[in-house]
Amino acid sequence: MRKWLARALGAVPFLMLVFALPFVNRVEPIILGLPFVLFWIAAWVALTPLALFLADRVGRKNRPPDGPEDP
Amino acid sequence: MTAALAIIFGTIALSAFVGVYAGRRMTMNLENWTVGGRRFGIVLIWLLMAGEVYTTFTFLGASGWAYGKGAPTYYILIYGTLAYTLSYFILPKLWRLGKRHGLHTQPDFFVKTYGSRALGVVVAVIGILSILPYLQLQLTGLGMIVEIGSEGAIPSKAAIVLAFILTCAFVYTSGIRGSAWVSVIKDVMMIAAVAIVGFGVPRIHFGGIGRMFKALIAEKPGHLVFPGAAPSMDVLWVMSTVLLTGMGFYMWPHIFGSAFSAKSERIIRRNAIIMPLYQLPILLVLMVGFTALLVLPGLKNPDTSFLSLVEKTYPPWFLGFVGAAGAVTAMVPASILLLFASTLLAKNVYQAVFDPGAGEAKVMRLSRAMVIAIGAAALVLSLYFPNALVNLLLIGYDGVSQFFPGVVLGLFWKRTSRTGVFAGLIVGIAVASILVFGKHDPFLGLNAGFVALALNAVVAVGISLWLARGRPAKESSHVG
Repeated sequence: MRKWLARALGAVPFLMLVFALPFVNRVEPIILGLPFVLFWIAAWVALTPLALFLADRVGRKNRPPDGPEDP
Repeated sequence: MTAALAIIFGTIALSAFVGVYAGRRMTMNLENWTVGGRRFGIVLIWLLMAGEVYTTFTFLGASGWAYGKGAPTYYILIYGTLAYTLSYFILPKLWRLGKRHGLHTQPDFFVKTYGSRALGVVVAVIGILSILPYLQLQLTGLGMIVEIGSEGAIPSKAAIVLAFILTCAFVYTSGIRGSAWVSVIKDVMMIAAVAIVGFGVPRIHFGGIGRMFKALIAEKPGHLVFPGAAPSMDVLWVMSTVLLTGMGFYMWPHIFGSAFSAKSERIIRRNAIIMPLYQLPILLVLMVGFTALLVLPGLKNPDTSFLSLVEKTYPPWFLGFVGAAGAVTAMVPASILLLFASTLLAKNVYQAVFDPGAGEAKVMRLSRAMVIAIGAAALVLSLYFPNALVNLLLIGYDGVSQFFPGVVLGLFWKRTSRTGVFAGLIVGIAVASILVFGKHDPFLGLNAGFVALALNAVVAVGISLWLARGRPAKESSHVG
């Protein structure tokens, strides 16, 4: 269960940075000076560590914190 | 000697010194030379990964694409992020296997997982053939950067010869540890150069990034959305390209092999979490390309846009600093590519085919000899057969990406069959070559390598299912 939740979090960058692209391919609205599609991409690149961090927290519950993982 | 020349020569010399020094007092056996004794903590792993990922392509190719093609250049921001996400899930398992069986290279993995020496040799040969153009690309880029950076005072060929001979020297003495330590110089200088220029040029020429984009939108309305100025690179192309290159990223033999250098799985996971942040400086590189398009339209070679704009905007000593940063940015990836090409040739081709009884000491000696042989070959290629930057990289990616099904299925699916993986690999390479060299890339709007990878995966899974029909799933048949 936790493993699949972690993998679902890992799927978020793929959804946002690949499969959402046809829907965000626009210049307007301009955000922080960037054309919208570029802002979208930069934002999700910056948010990916957060998704992976959460995946790590979720997945780590069934591993001892510093020992060997997934024995 | 001008300040620019002093900075360039000083940086190259310092890098060589640090590289050689990094290997002092280490007994150089194959384990220490190729995977750093599997003792790298988070800092060295990060330096190593950042070192091989940020290449001359970052400086020249990304800004060149922003200049010449527009929006399709965004793919560079995306694919690394996807690759790190995948690496979080794939590399820990791979590392564990490498640790347990003392694996050094990617073909080692295939031999161990599928029990086939022939497959290992094929993987090694494809790996070497993909590395060579990539290595040459670093050298061509290095020559161009130093020549422009020194305002022509150091000719491209002289720069290539000097910097690359020094690079070969520290690969020979220190192996992977040398590359990781030289990365310190490289990352500090490159990040400084990219930050100063990336924030600087839009501000100096337009009063800010937002205003620069406003001017660009007014002048070339389609440039900043797909397909930009490259009609064949529409959204579908971008999607298939980032999937292909995201999956192919860690399939590069040198990046794959670097994962074995980590001290623990935890280090690999932590590195995967933070690495996407390191993609963001590329955004600044794109700004430089876009600004250059407005300030210096009509450049003959878009790959020069970054350096040409720096030349126009800043004093010569700073141009020299950027040139020096560019030079060491080529040296680090070149060193890692050279190291792994040499090990693949010595261990996974020569030893596997001609001399299976060779001991580790002999393989090590031979690997070092290969550093000189492959280094000389790459030097000749880049001095006499230079080529355009990004296309080479994309062809290389099509090749190494074909390893992805074999790696992921081998790690996660117990029914994977050797025959299936082997057949898939051959189909993938064949389809990619036919499409790319037959000028059918993109194919139906998709990246040709992606089409090849999809067929590869279908063949690998199909044959594995066919061969395993009627059999219950075995307990850990390959990985163990």
